[in-house]
Amino acid sequence: MAKVIVYPPTSMILYDLVERMGHKALVVSEAVRNLVTASGIESPPLNVTPEEPKKGLRYAAVDVPSGVRGRMALIGPIIEEAEAAIIVEDPGWLTGCSGCSRTNELVRLLIRTKGIPVLDLSYPTNDDEAKVFVQKIRTFLEGLK
Amino acid sequence: MLVTKYVITSSESNILPSDIAMKIYGSKYIVTVKETCFGVVINGEEEVINALVKEIRALDPAGIFIKDRGFPPGDPRRCRGRRGGGARPGFYMIESESKMLPMISRALASEGIVPVIPKKKKPLPIKRLEEIVRNGLS
Repeated sequence: MAKVIVYPPTSMILYDLVERMGHKALVVSEAVRNLVTASGIESPPLNVTPEEPKKGLRYAAVDVPSGVRGRMALIGPIIEEAEAAIIVEDPGWLTGCSGCSRTNELVRLLIRTKGIPVLDLSYPTNDDEAKVFVQKIRTFLEGLK
Repeated sequence: MLVTKYVITSSESNILPSDIAMKIYGSKYIVTVKETCFGVVINGEEEVINALVKEIRALDPAGIFIKDRGFPPGDPRRCRGRRGGGARPGFYMIESESKMLPMISRALASEGIVPVIPKKKKPLPIKRLEEIVRNGLS
C-alpha cells in the first residue's frame, strides 16, 4: 500500500479511486481534522496557533502571503509523506484549503521536484474520457508497491 | 481516533441517501449519521468507519463514492444552520465533482476495452501565427 497524494487535495473522485484500489490517499482533510478536533483548543475556532505559520516557513519564504504559508502548513507535511502523486489539472472548483492559486502552483512544484511517480490527468468530459481516466489511475496504482 | 467520511451517491445510482442511512441504522455499528441531499456524513471510530464503509460500498460498488472530511457532522464552525445559511466552503467541490460521478460510475462498471481518444488540437503556436500574419501582410 502506497501513500498517494492527490491534487486537488480536496478531490472526492481521486480520494475514492485511490482508496478503492487499496492505497492510502493523502488529502488535506486529515490535517484539518487534527487541528479542529484536537482536545486542547488553544486558538478557537480552528485551532491555528503560531506554530502553523512556522511550519509553513519550511516551504515558503517569510515575505510570501500568510495565506500561502498557512495552507502550506497543512499541505506541506502531506507532500513530504507522499510516495506517489496524481495531479488533475484545471479542476472546476477550488475553495477553502485549495482556494489559493499561488499555493496550488507551489504544491504542484513541490510534488514534481520531489522525484516521486506522478500521474498527470485532466477531468473527463465524456464517457470515453472517463474510461481512460479510470484506466490510467488503475494502471498507475497497480504499478506502485 | 474519531474520523468523518462523506458517502456520496451518483445521481444515476438506484441507492438513495435514505437507503444508506437506514442501512447504517440497522447495522451493528455505533456511529453518528447525518443525511444530506447528496449522501450521508458518518462519524465514528476509524476501524468502525472503515468496516462500515466497505458494507455501504457493497450496496452499489460503482455508484457510491467516499470522501474524507476534517470537521465532524453538524460542527457549528461549518454547519450552515449556525452560520446564517449558505453552502459551506467544501460543498462547491463536491457539487462540481458530483456532475462527473455518473461518467465515473459507468467507467468503473465497464470492464470492456478502453477507447482510444484522439489527441486534442493544440492552439496555433505564436511563431506560426506571426508567420501567417507576415505572409498575409507582405
